[in-house]
Amino acid sequence: MAEAIVPSQDLNKAAKPAKGEETSLITGSEAIAVACKLADVDVITAYPIRPYDTVMQYVAKLNANGEMDCEYIVAESEHSQFEIVKHASAVGARVFCGSSGVGWMYAMECLTVTPSLRIPMVAMVGNRALDDPGAFGVEHNDALAVRDLGWQLVWVDNPQEALDTALIAYRVAEDRRVFLPCAISCDGAFLTHSQALVKIPSKEKVDAFLPRYNRGDLLLHPDNPITVAPQANEDWLMEIRRQTAAAMERSAGVIREAYADFERIFGRKYGNPFFEEYMTDDADVVLVGMGTLSNPVRVAIRQMREEGKKVGFVRVRWFRPFAAEELAKSLSRFKAVGVIDRDFSLGSPFHSGVLATEVRTALYPSATRPPVLGFICGLGGREVTLPDVRKMSEKVYQAAAGKSQPGTQWIGLRE
Amino acid sequence: MATSDRELAELTHARAPMKLDMFKGVKKLPLEEFFTSGHRTCQGCESALVMKLMVKAAGPRTIVLGSTGCMYVANTTYYSTSWVVPWMHTQLGSSGSAALGTAAGLKALMRKGKIKDEPINVIAFCGEGGGADMGLAAISATLSHPDYNCLILMYDNESYANTDIQLSGLTPYGAHTTFSPPGKVKRIMHHRWKKNVAAMMAAGHPTCKFVATVCMSYPVHAMNAVRKGLTIGGPTFIHSLDPCPKGWDYDPMQSHELGELAVLTGVWPLYEVENGVLKLIGKTRDIADGRVKRQPVRDYLLRQGRFAHFTDDDFDYFQSKIDEMWNKWVIPGVIPFQKQLDDDKPPA
Repeated sequence: MAEAIVPSQDLNKAAKPAKGEETSLITGSEAIAVACKLADVDVITAYPIRPYDTVMQYVAKLNANGEMDCEYIVAESEHSQFEIVKHASAVGARVFCGSSGVGWMYAMECLTVTPSLRIPMVAMVGNRALDDPGAFGVEHNDALAVRDLGWQLVWVDNPQEALDTALIAYRVAEDRRVFLPCAISCDGAFLTHSQALVKIPSKEKVDAFLPRYNRGDLLLHPDNPITVAPQANEDWLMEIRRQTAAAMERSAGVIREAYADFERIFGRKYGNPFFEEYMTDDADVVLVGMGTLSNPVRVAIRQMREEGKKVGFVRVRWFRPFAAEELAKSLSRFKAVGVIDRDFSLGSPFHSGVLATEVRTALYPSATRPPVLGFICGLGGREVTLPDVRKMSEKVYQAAAGKSQPGTQWIGLRE
Repeated sequence: MATSDRELAELTHARAPMKLDMFKGVKKLPLEEFFTSGHRTCQGCESALVMKLMVKAAGPRTIVLGSTGCMYVANTTYYSTSWVVPWMHTQLGSSGSAALGTAAGLKALMRKGKIKDEPINVIAFCGEGGGADMGLAAISATLSHPDYNCLILMYDNESYANTDIQLSGLTPYGAHTTFSPPGKVKRIMHHRWKKNVAAMMAAGHPTCKFVATVCMSYPVHAMNAVRKGLTIGGPTFIHSLDPCPKGWDYDPMQSHELGELAVLTGVWPLYEVENGVLKLIGKTRDIADGRVKRQPVRDYLLRQGRFAHFTDDDFDYFQSKIDEMWNKWVIPGVIPFQKQLDDDKPPA
């Protein structure tokens, strides 16, 4: 089981601090709390649910110790938690919020209105299985539930990336061309509670990267007496929807700019912002997935490589906006593709997970379309083991050889 | 550590609330309106009058948050908003959160020097469905935060009037609504007694400095209550009873009179709880002090079509509950506990 938490190569490099930086051994949740401090967030609301709430425990500690200066409010439900920061953002405050599992679903009404109000909230989702039965482990269905609503969704797989992505998320969300919320997904336990060495950038560099939030002409203030979200029907709603859609369409370009600036200012390179490729250059087949399952997948791939099996891995970071064309261009190079979903989408095409359906859709316009297998794996926090990864890789190889298989297979399931 | 309210305010960086003087009479009211043309409320809508006078009392340096309901749908038709002050929609159960979030955002930005530090009124309004049913927990939470200045005003027209007159937790006993229609077998479909919301808020939130009941048949009192709620500091709550021609089924010209009857029959007591001190207002005080005799509730109920199916028994039952409220409650009209009788000792 220990293989699953072997850090990636990049993480080991993170141990050496540059000038003005310090290095700290922290969890994914703590890394995001540190990002909130560096971003000088104005209003933060907390409500307890595992596993995301570790971020709020750390925020509370930073406030208590005078290391952070924000209005820190403990709400009485997730619904209020998200509404409070939504309204604080409307009057120009930089805000942070978050939740997990059914807590995120309890806030669903507020999650729905936040993008359409063009509120650049940044939230953390500590991914957790949805009830019932109550379970603490990771599944991605919580964050994925808002995938159609205008939330930008990004999955990270280590604490350094969590901190960096939180800063990038503010930069992108608060860009006037976008003004859409962004949720950073961190796998429950595997990332929220797992420590790694993280380079903590200087405040000066963060200030250079992240301008002040400027609500501009949308500011709710007596000096700018506007009416926000008046009631509209068939007369105007379609045009309003189109504006939100156009913002999401602009987001990809803004994300690209932000990563380029991030690299320039902090000296840390993420390559393609939307997905990360691992040992794909000469790969025959690839696995695709999101979040911390990348760790066992990478380890298994290194083992399989020693046996001469050329398997690669593509880790999707940004799920919304979904980089369909780029991803299709990348995936069409391979003989077959296996998509690992740590989620389910019951009754969907081929009874696949959410990511597999998106990948198939993205590949459809391609001239060369490799077979795509869907795998449901690691639900409820079940470990994605090395034998699981090898089994999935073998099935993808079989698909490459033309062997017909079910479109979706559950891996690591007890018989 | 804080040893007094003032020190607590300093500790929590509370901002100074707006200074607003009390109005001395209806002839002294300002002419300037901040809720103007553009709305499409019904004829005789008292809730529209609440909006108009609420924001007239608050003045131009005010942000208003409106939760879903009549006063959202009828007042902010796209491109014809009736609000002169900044206004924002909030979700049905979110008036408490909207008030808190807006106040917290302003406070953070002022405290950190990101915007000009000045008093800005924050008012969130809700209907009684959004406030006393769905939004009760959020309002309660907000009233427990001493360091944010905001007023939550609940306009109570005693049904979900915007969605077709469905019963709410504040619909009076027995009233005919689309969810409680009198039928051939069951005459009374709604058996619940109206929640006692203002007293609940006052009793349940000891640090909340101001809670009031108002009715727009007594507009100067209502406007002064708004001013007190904004001036006193911290979160405050006002519960307004609003006769509704559509939901209560009466001629729109009678709205004002029905509001008066609600008070004169003792059904709707007017009071304020300011820093923990209860003050009965106007005719309600006269009733409590015995200077004015309560009118029979029949005078009030018979004017409304929603009680047209009532029999004598129903009127008697309603009257008996109101009598109980005035004769037996430990604080008549306000707190529904009854004193333990001397010979009613609990078992040893």
